[in-house]
Amino acid sequence: MKKFLTLLLVLALAMTALIGCTNEAEKPETEVEVETDVETEVQAEAEVEAEPELETVTEEVAVMTYEEYVAAELDAPVVIEAYVQGKQSWWDNKATVYAQDEDGAYFMYEMACSEEDYALLENGTKIRVSGFKAEWAGEVEIVDATFEIVEGAEAYIATPVDATAWLGTDELIKHQNELVYFTGLTVEEITFKNEGGDDIYVKLSKDGQTYDFCVEYYLTGEDTEVYQAVSALNTGDVIDVTGFLYWYEGVNTHITSITVAE
Amino acid sequence: MKKFITFLIFPLIILVILCSCHGKIDSKPFEIPKDFDENAHYEISFWAKNDTNITQTEIYKNAIDDFQKLYPNITVNLRLYNDYGKIYNDVITNISTGTTPNVCITYPDHIATYLTGKDKVVPLDYLMSDENYGLGGKKLRFDSPEKHEIIPQFLNEGVLSSRQYALPFMRSTEACYVNKTYVEKLGFTLPEALTWDFIFEVSEKALQKDNDGNFAVNGQKVMIPFIYKSTDNMMIHMLKQLNLPYSDENGNILIFNQHTEKLLFDIAQHAQSRAFSTFKISGYPANFLNAGQCIFAVDSTAGATWMGCDAPLIDISEEKLVKFETVVMEIPQFDVDNPVMISQGPSICLFNKQDSGEVMASWLFMQYLLTNDVQISYSMTEGYVPVTSKAQNSQQYTSYLSSSGDDNNLYYSIKLDASKLLLDNTDNTFVTPVFNGSASLRSAAGQMIEEITKSSRRNEKVDSEYIQKLYGDMNSLYRLSDISSGGSAKKELGPLPVQSVIFLGCLVTLWLLIIIYVIICRKKAQK
Repeated sequence: MKKFLTLLLVLALAMTALIGCTNEAEKPETEVEVETDVETEVQAEAEVEAEPELETVTEEVAVMTYEEYVAAELDAPVVIEAYVQGKQSWWDNKATVYAQDEDGAYFMYEMACSEEDYALLENGTKIRVSGFKAEWAGEVEIVDATFEIVEGAEAYIATPVDATAWLGTDELIKHQNELVYFTGLTVEEITFKNEGGDDIYVKLSKDGQTYDFCVEYYLTGEDTEVYQAVSALNTGDVIDVTGFLYWYEGVNTHITSITVAE
Repeated sequence: MKKFITFLIFPLIILVILCSCHGKIDSKPFEIPKDFDENAHYEISFWAKNDTNITQTEIYKNAIDDFQKLYPNITVNLRLYNDYGKIYNDVITNISTGTTPNVCITYPDHIATYLTGKDKVVPLDYLMSDENYGLGGKKLRFDSPEKHEIIPQFLNEGVLSSRQYALPFMRSTEACYVNKTYVEKLGFTLPEALTWDFIFEVSEKALQKDNDGNFAVNGQKVMIPFIYKSTDNMMIHMLKQLNLPYSDENGNILIFNQHTEKLLFDIAQHAQSRAFSTFKISGYPANFLNAGQCIFAVDSTAGATWMGCDAPLIDISEEKLVKFETVVMEIPQFDVDNPVMISQGPSICLFNKQDSGEVMASWLFMQYLLTNDVQISYSMTEGYVPVTSKAQNSQQYTSYLSSSGDDNNLYYSIKLDASKLLLDNTDNTFVTPVFNGSASLRSAAGQMIEEITKSSRRNEKVDSEYIQKLYGDMNSLYRLSDISSGGSAKKELGPLPVQSVIFLGCLVTLWLLIIIYVIICRKKAQK
């Protein structure tokens, strides 16, 4: 009897031990409940930024020309087709993207986009975007948008246009969001928003007028050549600048590359 | 044979215990060490938030330098953020890897989530009352405030589940920054206290245009009379002022009801006319205010240095600035005789570590942030107020307050008025219940205003059906139905897994066999 009981005890304990071992791999129980709770909350928080799908498009809108897009009222539904020129950020299934065609440029702010689809948005890719025209601090953009890649379309990469002569004129805003370049600008001030790991605010002058530029951290982060190059600039340096003609309470070009004059 | 079996069972028991422990990463609860070695070297991390304000960064750095002079054995590494949300995300990520900071600036809402990690955040009750190293402790090398010198309302905000998990660092509230010049130009006189009705009435009138299509009041193409920065706060304020349900301490979500619906309809009406907009939809209220394109800008008192055409911090070009008289007022109320306003601002919490000495070193630094030098200098950077009466009543601070308008930098009148507004209304402040998930509810409250504002601008149909769908969307987007079951964001656990059933079965069988064995043994002995 003793032997039988002992054997039974040993078997039961061995079984218990084996089960104990499986907990680590599967993490289904109270031992890891802490992590589960925290992650649940983080997931909920991560979704905080996501736009709810309210099916806000109330009418079918045909693909617009750039002219029609410009003419559309703010808050109107818009549908455009353009080619990706720069990807600013992806977070929580939302992508912020610069796009352009031969006629003009667009800025898609937090467009619904999976991480997989974001990877497909190579520069030059043609996309059809449906959303609403909006304006935030002077920047005209498309918000609450969805998109699809236009299959079979030829890629288009915009050539930056010289916008130097447009500085300080009404012409400049007509080219909002386009890829442009400026020549012979003098560095007046470089300010880091925070100590590294954030935007760099750049004041550049031309013919006695100063203009705001920005190295947008999400578009061109610390590991990019342009971030390093701008970080190394000194007041008085003369540079040529290429970037997207972004707007924030006035022109605020997002710099994508610079060349320091010899 | 008996010995052999005993030897076999013993290691098995050990094995079972070890298996049970494997994978567990919980910390042990913090206990105040009997002796704190003041000479041992400790390196601690401090994650802080600044408002993209270099002066605030300097104050943190100076505080660290001064503290390290007092405690040369403690090195404090500063990591700066400009967004509470980023701190929160990083803390969550680091909880799972056991690499949380030692001291962290945060919100109580966020601490509620950190607390789901067992023994991750150090309760401060015993530390605060420790006679040597507690608040005002005998062995401290600096003049720490005593517990009664921390403003009680602010201190209580750090109490979660009946324990003190956070200390306040700075406090602010929201204020309405008013373009008084335009209010009067429109034929109104500013009342002593603003009401929602007054603001909406003036705002609607401000939309009148002249023959050229410009807004008559400012002669410009742009005018958004009323802009609210934090729509989370806007909804919370409205509900609180009307004593309408929002949530409770048990984590029950009460916001989705017909009262909220009515408020949303009212907002929609003014959003559709474009009398009202939000930061997320249009931009910073300060920029519109300073350009003469907004009349009522509601923002934090901690943003006061950006408000008004003479503000020390301006984010628009000089040629866009418009001259006008700025007045700082309490946020609009439904009942001006019983004003209420939210208490907000950074708090500080302490994370648990294996080495209790390291936690003690962190606690010393945390306390140091409440000393007058740090409190007063930091509060002067914005419309913050110090969280201790010791600092508030100090000669340095009272002198600062009485110097309002001496210049447009340190003594910028709007900033000082904003601080005074909170000092005068400390008893009228409130906070929303804190629980695991309360941060999500907060976001949902604001998002409803954002959504209905956008929909109204887009001339979409906003009716009860819309609201019901909105409620549903918010519930699923922020997983509020999970939270509502009791505030812990736990889902139904469902039936026990097979392994657990076997495990429990084994335990029961073992005990039964042990009992049977004992009974048989006893019977044999009796024979």
